[in-house]
Amino acid sequence: MDRIPILKLGDALLVTIQVDMHDRLATALEEDLTKKIVAHNAHGVLIDISALEIVDSFIGRMLDNIAAVSRVLDAETVVVGMRPAVAITLVELGLSLAGVKTALNVERGMKLIQRRHHVPQSDTDADPAS
Amino acid sequence: MPTPPPDRLTIRTSDDVVVVRQQVRARAIQAGLGLVDQTKIVTAASELARNALDYAGGGTVTLTVIDDGIKRGIRLVFEDQGPGIPDLQLALKDGYTTGNGLGLGLSGAKRLSNEFFVESTLGVGTRVTIARWK
Repeated sequence: MDRIPILKLGDALLVTIQVDMHDRLATALEEDLTKKIVAHNAHGVLIDISALEIVDSFIGRMLDNIAAVSRVLDAETVVVGMRPAVAITLVELGLSLAGVKTALNVERGMKLIQRRHHVPQSDTDADPAS
Repeated sequence: MPTPPPDRLTIRTSDDVVVVRQQVRARAIQAGLGLVDQTKIVTAASELARNALDYAGGGTVTLTVIDDGIKRGIRLVFEDQGPGIPDLQLALKDGYTTGNGLGLGLSGAKRLSNEFFVESTLGVGTRVTIARWK
């Protein structure tokens, strides 16, 4: 069975989705990711969807699921590289990906993950939004 | 310009949904749709193909490129012989699902299309027609 490769990138995992996802592939990816988060003690998961020409509710649900499970395992999911036409369509479809963080590219996504894990949590100035 | 003959595709497996997306994309390009319009109609087609698969065990889709001299675009007719939809108004509500999806298939496909028409008869099946114009 086909599987989507998962690469280790610092203390994060990088998944590049380049094929049209179908059910079994999505389920296999969720399983593989959870195992690798634990095995590598990963703090983040970057999912690069720049090759995807569409994101429908099936893929949206997969991304939401991965983010939810990763969060429970103390890893943050960042979806990167969404094409503009995909973003427009996704919002009109009614998917907001509320549980998923997004970044324009892998580099920025990586920064998001690093920021979360290297800023001391006790520091009251840690969160610039507060 | 003569309108090319319609294509009819069968939806039986998850892989067929992928083929539907590819064919709809090809026809949308043929119809001269821009990238955002292509993406919208392909996404809508993906939702409806998956609906046919999940709720009716499969179905068919007929793809037609329309060019009547006034309007250009693509029309898709999804047909299945499934159980039918008991309450169409409810089925068109965001977040309503009898399956395990997000409940965005039908309502989302409607928003992504310029034309949307659904007919359903209990025990007979469902037909959803969508179109996207240039």
